[in-house]
Amino acid sequence: MDAILQTENLCVEYRARGLRREIKPALKGLNLSIHAGEVFGFLGPNGAGKTTTINVLLGFIPPTRGTAYLFGIDVRQPIARQRIGYLPEMTYYYKFLTAEELLRFYARVFGLPRLEADKRIDELLKLVELESARKRLIKTYSKGMQQRVGIAQALINDPDLLILDEPTSGLDPLGRMKVREIIQRLKEEGKTVFFSSHELGEVETVCDRVAIINRGELKAVGGVAEVIGPNHTNLEKAFLDIIGYQSQSAS
Amino acid sequence: MNTIWALTGVVIKELYRRKDFYVLFVLTALITIAAGSVRFFQDPNIVRYVKDLCMLLIWISALLITIATAARQIPAERESRTIFPLLAKPVTRGQVILGKFFGCWLASGLVLVVFYTFFAIVTGSREQYWPVADYFQALMLQWIMLGIVTAMTLLGSIIFAAPSSTVTILFIVVAGILFLGGHLNTVALHNAEPLRSLIYTIYFIIPHLELFDVRERVVNDWGLVSWLDCGLAALYAVAYTGLFLLLTWLAFRRKSLT
Repeated sequence: MDAILQTENLCVEYRARGLRREIKPALKGLNLSIHAGEVFGFLGPNGAGKTTTINVLLGFIPPTRGTAYLFGIDVRQPIARQRIGYLPEMTYYYKFLTAEELLRFYARVFGLPRLEADKRIDELLKLVELESARKRLIKTYSKGMQQRVGIAQALINDPDLLILDEPTSGLDPLGRMKVREIIQRLKEEGKTVFFSSHELGEVETVCDRVAIINRGELKAVGGVAEVIGPNHTNLEKAFLDIIGYQSQSAS
Repeated sequence: MNTIWALTGVVIKELYRRKDFYVLFVLTALITIAAGSVRFFQDPNIVRYVKDLCMLLIWISALLITIATAARQIPAERESRTIFPLLAKPVTRGQVILGKFFGCWLASGLVLVVFYTFFAIVTGSREQYWPVADYFQALMLQWIMLGIVTAMTLLGSIIFAAPSSTVTILFIVVAGILFLGGHLNTVALHNAEPLRSLIYTIYFIIPHLELFDVRERVVNDWGLVSWLDCGLAALYAVAYTGLFLLLTWLAFRRKSLT
């Protein structure tokens, strides 16, 4: 089966500021392959390289070495992003627009015809439960509402692949549950979801496969049960073990 | 083109939801009405002074709005990180620049329409005379000139660190060109080498924005400039606008987004 998202020996190096301009590797030869219909959890501690990987996949930064493909197209080609939806960790939207205007703007970016865009906007606002607030400026929304606008904009083009960067970060339990429900629903619709998260319980619940990276290196990849293995009781314990964390009480 | 027009629409929405334009328009209106209502020295030709003042205010206000709007576009996208969900769509950086350019330029055109309508009403009500073609030509030439200014400002916004520095520097540069640009060749003649060559080089490099300024003709009713000359001026503006947009794209292409 062809991979929908693939990275081959992906390396990213940052040059540090200052006189010495040291080279800091952020990704060291990352190989990933994600297939259609999978919900894939991308895990790692802060600074592990998760956001760098997403930044390469979305064409924000070029890889130093190696390649990344979306639907078999090099991510450096803008057309590779035609069939994806992206939800950033924080809510980065034009706050002087209403939810409806924002969705219409992104619909135009994807070249959706007017009638189709109207239908899609109605469906999405219903999905994220923002129908009653559709005419309000985004700057008046709560954090949870803004995150739901984010989900709606990520789905405007009915994408085949969703890239979610810590989608539940900073949300209250109700907001998290709603986001989780939406991911579950997308999974049932056969969408491919690639998401990074620190919420290991959530990942365990919704993901088919997970990858764990640490300091730019891929440490484990496989089905959730496979990564947990016989020696751990849950994903959190497996995660801590894989990244080499030892609690002070244990040492 | 869909993407470019979509971005253009966002820029225009941002302009009318901000207060800059309204503040400058109200200020221009108040000054003009106050000046127009006073009878200086019982001069029956007072309307000419009102026209002069009103045109000057229109030029200053339009420049301020255009430069301030264009200067914050790309830095604000980066600072508020709205550039990330945008570039995560099939959108290139070149399209972002073009969308921002057309948005700011169209917005400046709308601002000019409002200002010139007000100008026509104020002066027409005093003169009982409506030289619509003259006003239309002055508006068109000023708008074309603002295209160059918008492209210059977008380039400045990529080069300079903060929008405030871009606004200050661009306003000084544009004012400098408008006041001195046309006289630089004369200044060069009165200087020795190598300064003469340097001033001549600047004279030939800078866009001569003063070519688009027909305020004096409008104020004194000197009639229309030939439309052929206007067409040539438009081609001159297109060349400079294209050059500045190309430089903006080259600078933005490799720029880190974070």
